[in-house]
Amino acid sequence: MSKLSLIVKREYLTRVRKRSFIIGTLLAPLGLLIYMLVIIGLTSYETGGKLEVAVLDEANMIKQLPDDKGIHYILSSGKSLDALKQEVKDGKINGILRVPPISSMQKKDHTVFYYADSKLAPEKSGAMERKISEKIRDFKIDSLHINRGSLEMLDTDVSIDPESISNVGEDESKYTAGVGLAIGGIMAFIMFFMVLMYGQMVMRSVMEEKTNRIVEVMMSSVRPFDLMLGKIIGAGAVGLTQVLAWVILSGAVTFLIPLIMHVDPAQMQSSMPQGPGAMDPEQAQGDALRIFSELSKQNWPLIVGSFIIFFLGGYFIYASMFAAIGSAMGDDMGEGQSLTLPVTIPIILAFYITAFVGVRNPDSGLMVFASLFPLFSPIVMPFRMAFNPPWWQVGLSLVLVVASAYFFVWLAGRIYRVGILLYGKKVTLKEIGKWMFYN
Amino acid sequence: MILSIQNVVKRYDKYTAVDHVSFDVPKGSVFGLLGPNGAGKTSLIRMITTITGPDEGQIFLDGEKLNANSPEHIGYMPEERGLYKKMKVGEHLLYLAQLKGLSEANARKEIAHWFEKFEIQDWASKKIEDLSKGMQQKIQFIATVIHKPKLLILDEPFTGLDPINTTLIKDEIAQLNQSGISIIFSTHRMEQVEEMCDHIVLINRGRNVLYGEVQSIKNEYKQNLYRVETQTDLPADFSSHFEIKNLESKAATIQLADESQSNQVLQYLLQQGLRIVRFEEILPTFNEIFIRTVGETGVQ
Repeated sequence: MSKLSLIVKREYLTRVRKRSFIIGTLLAPLGLLIYMLVIIGLTSYETGGKLEVAVLDEANMIKQLPDDKGIHYILSSGKSLDALKQEVKDGKINGILRVPPISSMQKKDHTVFYYADSKLAPEKSGAMERKISEKIRDFKIDSLHINRGSLEMLDTDVSIDPESISNVGEDESKYTAGVGLAIGGIMAFIMFFMVLMYGQMVMRSVMEEKTNRIVEVMMSSVRPFDLMLGKIIGAGAVGLTQVLAWVILSGAVTFLIPLIMHVDPAQMQSSMPQGPGAMDPEQAQGDALRIFSELSKQNWPLIVGSFIIFFLGGYFIYASMFAAIGSAMGDDMGEGQSLTLPVTIPIILAFYITAFVGVRNPDSGLMVFASLFPLFSPIVMPFRMAFNPPWWQVGLSLVLVVASAYFFVWLAGRIYRVGILLYGKKVTLKEIGKWMFYN
Repeated sequence: MILSIQNVVKRYDKYTAVDHVSFDVPKGSVFGLLGPNGAGKTSLIRMITTITGPDEGQIFLDGEKLNANSPEHIGYMPEERGLYKKMKVGEHLLYLAQLKGLSEANARKEIAHWFEKFEIQDWASKKIEDLSKGMQQKIQFIATVIHKPKLLILDEPFTGLDPINTTLIKDEIAQLNQSGISIIFSTHRMEQVEEMCDHIVLINRGRNVLYGEVQSIKNEYKQNLYRVETQTDLPADFSSHFEIKNLESKAATIQLADESQSNQVLQYLLQQGLRIVRFEEILPTFNEIFIRTVGETGVQ
C-alpha cells in the first residue's frame, strides 16, 4: 500500500469509528423523524374543544349550517337574543352568532356579531367568517338569479408554460422552475454545509497533529504534502459517507412515517395550514403527478455527476485552505479566528448570492459570474444546473473548479510544510503569503 | 561512513540556522550531536531526516545522496514527540511501521517481537492516552526502531524516563549499536555523552566548532593536571617543587608543564618515603569542554 493510501485509510477509519460520528450520522435522520412527527402532531391538533354556537339568522338566508372545525351550529331563528344570552350564561351554549339582514346587494362587507364572554380563537372565528361568507354568496346568487353554471365558467386558472425556442425537444412547464429551485437549493445547501463543516474538521485535525507534536514523527516518514492530502481525502470520504448514510436513512424515515402515523403522504400535505382557495385533493394529486414527471424529466446523471465533481472541487479548494491555515495556527483556536475568516467569507458569500439573487433569477449576470468563479461555483453552479444553463458555462465552470482545486492543494502544500514545523510564533497572513515562495 | 554532511547551509529568511557544516558519522559509531539551545541541531536533524532540504551542500546516507527512499533507512525520535492519543498501541505501531515501508505481515511480526522483548503484550489494545508518559516513550522508541534503520537519530531520548526505563532503553541502544546500527545521539547531558558516544560534533551558532573522537578531544583539551593522594601528610616544601593548584594535607592537584613531568612527581614523592594511594591525570569533563568551547565561540 502506498503511504498516501495508508494515511487516507487511517484518517477515514479513525473518524468513522468515532462515537460522535456514529451518533451524528444516526441521530440526524432520527431528528428528522421526530421533527416530522411533531409537525404532523401539531397540525392535526384540535385547538380547544367543541364549540356550541347558536345562529340567530336575522337575514333569514341560512337554511342549514353543517358542523365544521369543531363548531356545532344550532339554528335558533325563533329565539330572542336575550333568551340566547341567558343560555350562554347557563352554560348550555358557548356563544351566539347574530347575522344582521343584508341592507344592499352592492355591499361588499358585512358585519356579523358574536356574543360570548370567552375569547374566540382566531381559527374558529376564521371558520365562522368563511361559513357565513359562503352562505351570503349563495344567498346573493339566488337573489340575483344568476346561473351557477355560467358563474363557474368565469373562473379560469392561468399558468405560464415556458417553451424554449431553440430547444424544441425540451418541454418545460410551470413546475420546471419550482422543481429546479428545490433541487438547486438542496444541492447548494448540502455543498455549503459539507464544505464548511468538513473543511473545518480538516483544520482542527491539522492543528491537533501540530500541537501533539506527532508531525515531527510523521514528517520523518512521509512527505508533508502526502500527510496533508491524505487527511483531506480521508475527511472528504467521511463526509461522503455521512451524506450517503443520511440520504439512505432519510429515505427510510420518510417511508416509515406513514406506517407509524397511519396517514398517507397526500393527507400530510393537505393537513398543512391552508388559506382560502386551497386546492382540492384532485388538483393536488395532479400537481404531485406533474412534479414527479418534472423530477423524472431532469437529467439526473448529469446533475448528480456534476454535483459530485463540484463537491470534490469545492471541498478540495476549501479543505486545503483550511489545512494551510491550521498548519499555521498554534494551540490557540481563538487566535486563529483572523486567519480563518478569509476562508469562510467566500463560502458564506457564495451561499448568500445563491439564496438572495439566485432564487429570484438564476440566470442573472451576478449568478453567471458566481457560477464560473471557482471560489463560488461549487455552491452556485449546482444550483443553476437545475435551470438548464448554457452547456459551455457548465463546462467552463467544471474546468475552472478542477484546475483551481489542483492549484489550491498545491499552494496549501507549500504553506503547510512550513507552518506545520513552526512553533511558538504567532503567524500573520502576510507571513503565510511569504511561505508560498520558500524553497 | 554511514552519514556524510558536506558543507551544508540552511537559511530561514535572513537568519542562517546552519552555516557550512561538514562532518562524517562513521559506520557503527555512537555519535554525539551537541550544542546549546538554538545552535542549529534541530535544523540539521531535519535535513538528515529529509523533512527539509539544505539550501547548499550535500548529505550522503551510506554513500547515497539523500532521496525519497532515505527515510526508510532512518529512525528518528524527536525531542518533542507525540503519538495519536486515540489510537490503540498495536494499530499505531502498525501504522508507523507501514509508513516506513514494512509490509503488514512483517510489521506485525516485528511488533510481536518488541512486545515480547519489553514484556508488554497486553498493551496492544490499549489506547495511547491511557498509557503513562514513560510507557508512551517506550512505544515511541519501538516505533523509531521497528523498521531496522541503518541510522538511528535520538534527540534527548531519556527525558521523562525513570531510572529503570532509562537503563532499559540505554541497554537497547547499546544492543542495537552492537548489531551494526549507527546512532546519532543529541543531548545536553554531557555525562551521557561521555558514557555513550565515541565521536562527537559540537555545533554553535550554526557552525561546527568541535568535531572528532571523544578520547582524542579529551586529550586535546587536557591541561596536564594531576591529582595525587598519599597516606601520610605531604611534605611541607611540596609546593616549592611543583606548581600546586590545590593543596590539602594528604592530597594535591598539580599543574605540570607537560605530561612527561608526571614521573618526576612520583619520583620526588617516593624519595620522601611517602606511600601513594592514588595518582591520576585529571581529564576535562565534557561539561567543561562544552562550556569552554561554546564560551569561546559565543552564545546565541
